[in-house]
Amino acid sequence: MLYREAGQFKATYAEDMAIFPIRQDRIALAVLLGIAFIGVPLLATFRIWPFGTDYLLWAILLPFLILALAAIGTNILVGYCGQISLGSGAFMAIGAYSAYKLATGVHIPLAWLGFAIAIPPLPVLASILLGGFMAAGAGILFGIPSLRIKGLYLAVATLAAQFFFDWAFLRLPWFTNYAPSGSVNAPELDFFGMVVRSPVERYLLCLAVVTVMAVLAKNLVRGNLGRQWMAIRDMDIAAELIGIRPLYAKLTAFAVSSFIIGVAGALWAFVYLGSWEPLAFSIDRSLELLFMVIIGGLGSIMGSFIGAAFILIVPIMLNVIPTKLGLPLSTQTITHLQFIIFGSLICYLLIKEPHGFARLISIGKEKLRLWPFPY
Amino acid sequence: MASIARRLLILATALGGAALSAPAAAQNEQFIPILSYRTGPYAVNGAPYANGVVDYYNLINERDGGINGVKILIEECETGYATDKGVECYERLKSKGPTGAAFINPLSTGITFALTEKTAADKIPIITMGYGRADSKNGAVFAYNFPLLGTYWSAADIAIQHVAKELGGFDKLKGKKISLLYHDSPYGKEPIPMLQVLAQKYGFEFTPIPVTHPGVEQKSQWLAIRQHRPDYVLVWGWGVMNSTAIKEAAAVAYPRDKMIGVWWSGAEPDVTPAGDQASGYKSLMLQHGAGKFPAHADIEKYVYAKGKGSTEPGKIGEVLYNRGITNAMLGVEAIRKAQEKFGKQPLTGEQVRWGLENLILTDARIKELGFEGMLKPVSISCSDHEGARYGRVQQWDGKGWKVISDWYTADESLIEPLVADVSAKYAAEKKIKPRDCAKET
Repeated sequence: MLYREAGQFKATYAEDMAIFPIRQDRIALAVLLGIAFIGVPLLATFRIWPFGTDYLLWAILLPFLILALAAIGTNILVGYCGQISLGSGAFMAIGAYSAYKLATGVHIPLAWLGFAIAIPPLPVLASILLGGFMAAGAGILFGIPSLRIKGLYLAVATLAAQFFFDWAFLRLPWFTNYAPSGSVNAPELDFFGMVVRSPVERYLLCLAVVTVMAVLAKNLVRGNLGRQWMAIRDMDIAAELIGIRPLYAKLTAFAVSSFIIGVAGALWAFVYLGSWEPLAFSIDRSLELLFMVIIGGLGSIMGSFIGAAFILIVPIMLNVIPTKLGLPLSTQTITHLQFIIFGSLICYLLIKEPHGFARLISIGKEKLRLWPFPY
Repeated sequence: MASIARRLLILATALGGAALSAPAAAQNEQFIPILSYRTGPYAVNGAPYANGVVDYYNLINERDGGINGVKILIEECETGYATDKGVECYERLKSKGPTGAAFINPLSTGITFALTEKTAADKIPIITMGYGRADSKNGAVFAYNFPLLGTYWSAADIAIQHVAKELGGFDKLKGKKISLLYHDSPYGKEPIPMLQVLAQKYGFEFTPIPVTHPGVEQKSQWLAIRQHRPDYVLVWGWGVMNSTAIKEAAAVAYPRDKMIGVWWSGAEPDVTPAGDQASGYKSLMLQHGAGKFPAHADIEKYVYAKGKGSTEPGKIGEVLYNRGITNAMLGVEAIRKAQEKFGKQPLTGEQVRWGLENLILTDARIKELGFEGMLKPVSISCSDHEGARYGRVQQWDGKGWKVISDWYTADESLIEPLVADVSAKYAAEKKIKPRDCAKET
């Protein structure tokens, strides 16, 4: 009843091609953004339930936003271009460590040439973005094998990236500025004199970055480039025959995807963790991102958000609920239960809807449009 | 359809009601969060430790009715030894109870690194007994970190002292080869700078050998050890890595009595899986070893006799269980000390921090608490957040741990410059103005 487009006429091509052609969707999105940008910070500032403590901001919303961004990056490569990647964790690490190096100053002595490359410490924002570009570079490099190998074989090649960078950041002390423990500290988050410290400020920073990136990604996948990626995904030989260059299409997918993942990695390290070790970007992280994309929906920006929320929040909920209900269970029973229920949930969801939450939502939308008179 | 919807509604109301009613707790309670791990590859070591911690808090509640009448309220959160889960647990628990968390005790060096800045901002002390960052001994910079009873730099120094004693003097260390087999994480890397300083001073050759988490795959490392033939191997492992290291040593026939584990690699679960192969293996002791003391008798009487114990009675007195109760005791005594100044009521983290920084446990007090023979006197101050730097060495004889050395005291003249140097770097990086310890009371 409410969700019906009758009477919404489109007079121009621009209106017809809008990201959200249905008015109700636009309103829903505006409300969501309003809550995210104004409602949440207001509630958090005045400490109104459920923002009485920092918990929701620090431990739920902040990691959710950053992982959703990383999931968008993974989705561009895996969902839109069809290149299975197990190296997302490595690209996050490259973003994080490059940003760290750039923010603390780079010094490469080239003794045999008689000079040294010295870059003074860069501002935090520039470091984070450049961290993304470094990740994009590495993504292109490790994307080259995709021109020859496909599917699971490519997954193994990207796995090599994961293990190589895990090794590099763990073993080469230059990356950690020779920190004795191998754990590095993020610099102060100084954005042109404005220092981001409190959870609300951190949240707003991530929210802004994620919103901008998501809009850019959405437009990219709707445009020429995105269509090339999808053509490659659906049938690479046919795509080549209609004039799409696989080299260009695949490598741009790797570059854009790695850039977004790299920025997410830098945010994860600088804004969320504050102090980290390579284990924060291990193979587990890569798999987690892949699961987010699969559960959320391959080839869907919104699916990335839902997938991130599902993988991140459901285990925490399963862990918190028994304690909240006051059930007399030991922590280890609760943890085991959490694994069992979460695993079964994933199985159930994938059997019921192999295309993930995004598909469920689009089915729901179709039904709502016809409701209450389906034919 | 309608009945399902109604059931869902009832469930939702029940859940919502539970969520809303949770904060209604008694007011005269001191909340202490417990970050533990009873699942995953480190559970064999995490569980006995957590049992000790829980049992000691229960003892205080059951025997004394709390700390001067203030009941202890605890909640456990499973971290699985993972840093991100640890941070989530900390955020979940830090503001529970009437005054928030009294202190936090992550039992993971990785989580300690991740929380150091957060705890300072939230004004909650972080107690890292026998682990954590070694530079946080300097309380002037790390106001909220308390690496009580020994850091990894103290441990490294004590280990080398023992090696020197076995060889017959520090001069005999020259030209010897000592390897460090370490868990490749901040935990395992922490002793390296100290060992490098020691290697330079005494002239032995030091080789660090990393083992990737979780440490079940060590074939190549032990192959390297067999080729390199070090005179001693120091083991900085945790969880399954320890027993694997002993088994692999046996496989390449490396003598177990030339292996010295840190105090986190010297408990029963580390040696028993290796069976007879573990005989002769040595490890440092964070002061105490295994065995029962008067405190244990009280725990059996007041906690286990009432059926409130958290483990099997046979496991009381194991090394990590004892470490758990020691750790809980130090926290409780810090709260007691803080109550002298701030009143017998639930205290905030900031107030407990004062208690920790001014905590002095004499021999007489330790005896009173039932820890005589387990601990030496502890004296914490602004400039020394470690409080004590003693250690002994124990050896596994196939059935139990035997203490085989006298007390060692870590050499402060070697550690102090490194602490000053590394903590000054941290202060500069984080723009922390070190406190003037002369002005602290």
